[in-house]
Amino acid sequence: MPKLIKHGEILEDDWLPAEPDAGSASAGRILTLEQWSEVADKRGLAVQLEPGQAPSPLFDFLADIPLVAIHFPLFTDGRGFSYGRELREHGFTGELRACGHILPDQMTYLRRCGFDAFQLADESRLETALASLADFDEYYQASIDQPLPLFRRRR
Amino acid sequence: MYLYDEYDQRIVDQRVTQFRGQTERFLAGQLTEAEFLPLRLQNGLYIQRLAPMLRIAVPYGLLDSGKLRKLAHITRVYDKGYAHVSTRQNIQLNWPRLEEVPDILAELASVQMHAIQTSGNCIRNTTTDQYAGVATDELEDPRPYCEIIRQWSTLHPEFAFLPRKFKIAVCGTSADRAAIYAHDIGVELVADDGGRMGCKILAGGGLGRTPVIGAVICEWLDKKHLLTYLEAILRVYNKNGRRDNKFKARIKILVKAMGVDAFREAVEQEWEALRDGPGTLTDAEIERAKSFFTDPPYLVLDDDAVGAELRAQGEADPIFGNWVRRNTLAHRVPGYRIVNISLKATGFAPGDITDTQLELMAELADEYSFGEVRTTHQQNLVLADVQAGKLYTLWQRLQAAGLATPNHGYLTDIICCPGGDYCSLANAKSIPVAEAIQSRFDDLDYLYDLGPLELNISGCMNACGHHHIGHIGILGVDKKGQEFYQVCLGGSQAKDASIGKILGPSFSQEDMPEIIERILQTYLELREDEEIFLDTFRRVGIEPFKERVYAKAD
Repeated sequence: MPKLIKHGEILEDDWLPAEPDAGSASAGRILTLEQWSEVADKRGLAVQLEPGQAPSPLFDFLADIPLVAIHFPLFTDGRGFSYGRELREHGFTGELRACGHILPDQMTYLRRCGFDAFQLADESRLETALASLADFDEYYQASIDQPLPLFRRRR
Repeated sequence: MYLYDEYDQRIVDQRVTQFRGQTERFLAGQLTEAEFLPLRLQNGLYIQRLAPMLRIAVPYGLLDSGKLRKLAHITRVYDKGYAHVSTRQNIQLNWPRLEEVPDILAELASVQMHAIQTSGNCIRNTTTDQYAGVATDELEDPRPYCEIIRQWSTLHPEFAFLPRKFKIAVCGTSADRAAIYAHDIGVELVADDGGRMGCKILAGGGLGRTPVIGAVICEWLDKKHLLTYLEAILRVYNKNGRRDNKFKARIKILVKAMGVDAFREAVEQEWEALRDGPGTLTDAEIERAKSFFTDPPYLVLDDDAVGAELRAQGEADPIFGNWVRRNTLAHRVPGYRIVNISLKATGFAPGDITDTQLELMAELADEYSFGEVRTTHQQNLVLADVQAGKLYTLWQRLQAAGLATPNHGYLTDIICCPGGDYCSLANAKSIPVAEAIQSRFDDLDYLYDLGPLELNISGCMNACGHHHIGHIGILGVDKKGQEFYQVCLGGSQAKDASIGKILGPSFSQEDMPEIIERILQTYLELREDEEIFLDTFRRVGIEPFKERVYAKAD
């Protein structure tokens, strides 16, 4: 079972990873956006977004989706940071997962954009990544985990 | 000058700790070269041709004497005793050791400095008018807004991995001294019809391979919306900017591809979700930012009496008088002058400054200018608040240190990137070209006769030397492994911004002084009255210059 960071610890993943080549949806498996789009009853289905797949098609179904995984094939492609934040801004309360080539050094940025689960392709870095969540404890900007910018909190 | 409180200090300190860990992991083989690359770049560290280069942030060009002394110390202990002022008002070290960079960053943090986001595909150091707060033509001081933008952009969680680098400049004057039209975003402080100050927002300007003049996205924006509006622009760019080709990844390409109107519409749409949200600036925050940029304790001086004394000193010592005329400017407070310190002495790389000169500048800042010094995007320094009555002693001390070159704004005040001598991106060397031109045109009377002239040199099309917007621009190009130089004419970085036109086929390095000479001769023959080079060029066009420069010898 692949591992991931969730609730501040390293856990086994409850979901099966997305399979782009699979013809149809199967229980417990994360769906690609294409697969997800074809299913009529979307309740309880998890979906994965790739770079270039903005999250707007999901906005009307957010209450039904338990998990959105945002895939980072390359850690330098930062589109997923905006996607995550937009999902949270539109009221998504399910699991927001970053998966793929993400570096421990990106953990606080991801958390601040609303991600609460982190699945690094390189599992040997999970411990470092977990520790990196504590790299910063103060920030200037408004963000998902701290909606007030520093200038509204500064004493 | 902005002073850190415990929050600012904590953020910078935690960043140093983070980078120390990243460096250790890289050296231990736990991070690949490709993974370490953007992490080190976002802490200012390049790996250059000969050694690493560390670019230290100088937010909107403002330094105090304590920071200057620390920089002098760092160049002496960790480098070769000199530093370089960049065209983004930052300070660069050319010879730091990779393993020691975390220590350098810790030293910087101890004087409220850092190297965060001075490189990489993120929001870079915000730049502004080097005469902010003291200029006679200023509508409003841009520095509080620069600081507000600095804080917003520092470690922004959403925008650390953009398609490409992103540069913001702010100006608050009728004459644009911050080149806001050549930036990814330009902010101009302007009054609306009722006289209320707000922000005009430009987007999609930039130099590099495809130079573009920025387009107006918003004519007047209430200041409280500044950050949410910038956030909307950045989000449109982060989501839609091209990532398949780094030469087409800047926001200027996106704005062109979408069209200005469609781009504006997309921004407005994103902005709807952010508008009036918690990111909206409060009056209290704007006032807090302004409180760091209040007037220093100026003396009440009699401008006429001080001016008369200065003229008398200038007549008694014409070399001093000339320096005052060329390198100092009117100040909005009577009896004070703005002093430009040229880092363009012939024989030194443009923008370079030694450790002892840095220390002298700290001393002079304390004695003559309320402890502050500014860096400029023309790669010079400014003492912004000098009593006119003290200029003579200041000048004597500058002269003794080689810092009184009276060429500010003239041909030899060359903007020049480090080029092939240092930079691994460069196609050609730029410093030797600058030096050859400075040596050829060392006659001051000739320089003054030529009038204000901006000559900018870049060693490659990344255009760090801003060659597109120089009145005369020189670009280093590579032709089959040989270094050649292309010339363009008629660029301008002022409010009437324009991109220079390419003169024609490129030249070899040794021909460059002669080519410049022919261009200048053509101008001198064609100019009318007191016309400056740029105006003559705009009147007569490129043809006469072409004919003269490429004329076959009989």
